[in-house]
Amino acid sequence: MATKSDVLDFIRIYADKMAEHRQELTDYDQAIGDGDHGINMSRGFKAVIEKLPAVYEKNIDEILKTVGMILVSTVGGASGPLYGSAFMKAGAAVKGKGELSNEDIILAFDEAVGGIQFRGKAVEGEKTILDSMIPAIKAIKASIADGKSMAEALVDGEKAAWDGVEYTKTIIATKGRASYLGERSIGHQDPGATSMAYVFQAAKEVAEKVGC
Amino acid sequence: MVGIVVVSHSQKIAEGVVELAKQMSPEASIAAAGGMEDGSIGTDVSKIFAAIKAVDEGDGVVILVDLGSAVMSSEIAIEMLEDSNNVKIVDAPIVEGSLFSSMESSIGSSFEEVIDVLARARVYKKF
Repeated sequence: MATKSDVLDFIRIYADKMAEHRQELTDYDQAIGDGDHGINMSRGFKAVIEKLPAVYEKNIDEILKTVGMILVSTVGGASGPLYGSAFMKAGAAVKGKGELSNEDIILAFDEAVGGIQFRGKAVEGEKTILDSMIPAIKAIKASIADGKSMAEALVDGEKAAWDGVEYTKTIIATKGRASYLGERSIGHQDPGATSMAYVFQAAKEVAEKVGC
Repeated sequence: MVGIVVVSHSQKIAEGVVELAKQMSPEASIAAAGGMEDGSIGTDVSKIFAAIKAVDEGDGVVILVDLGSAVMSSEIAIEMLEDSNNVKIVDAPIVEGSLFSSMESSIGSSFEEVIDVLARARVYKKF
């Protein structure tokens, strides 16, 4: 279960991570893309944090949708429409909710993946955000089905996400700017998959803190 | 008149393309949506949304994009419109496309005719 305060905490922790890993994400992107992923993500989430107090009183769906709307107008690169669509779809999945059950959380993740796939027209294995996100969600679902708590499931989810990041080093990029490099993209980890792994890390930290 | 929106990661590119199109077709309904609010490189859904609104006279709007997130950001801006039936992203080079479509729209051509001209801009040979 996650309360509204947990969701706000998650957004704050993730924003901190984007600021903290700004250079790292940019370095990964410089190797295979246009070198702005860390700059863009930290700029977008800085704007989110500045504007978030305006929706503190709203339900979780409104908060998530607002985050998405802010991202699509402040990130600037491809991660803006992709992360923006993910947050907007996650919001739409939990309409009117003041707190989220484990089922709601999984539904929100599923809808977020759907939003990214719809917007980016990508599938797994193309060296994108999806390569850490999809395995992470699969792992979370499996752990919950095994009777684990959400905090435990998110530990498994984060691990699967980082395994997915490792996997992106072995494959050729076929989407976005990195696709111009073809085989030369092998050996480099995908910056989008990396920033997505931090999503699960942030969620795990919130769950561990509140012990859900 | 059919409206035209030029979306680029660079504010200067979008504004420069509009400047060029306006020089040839001063009466064209064309707007630039380039870069972020602070002028840095990127595409911004709210800028694109505002540009669509600014050129929409009810006869349709074509959107010309540079690459990458320009397409996705334009799609989101279109989805935010109440009526998006006559708003379309067209796959054409932004300089040639903007020039040809602004000439075509400013002589009162229909949405379909402007889209047809943009299809030709895509295969236009410079020499």
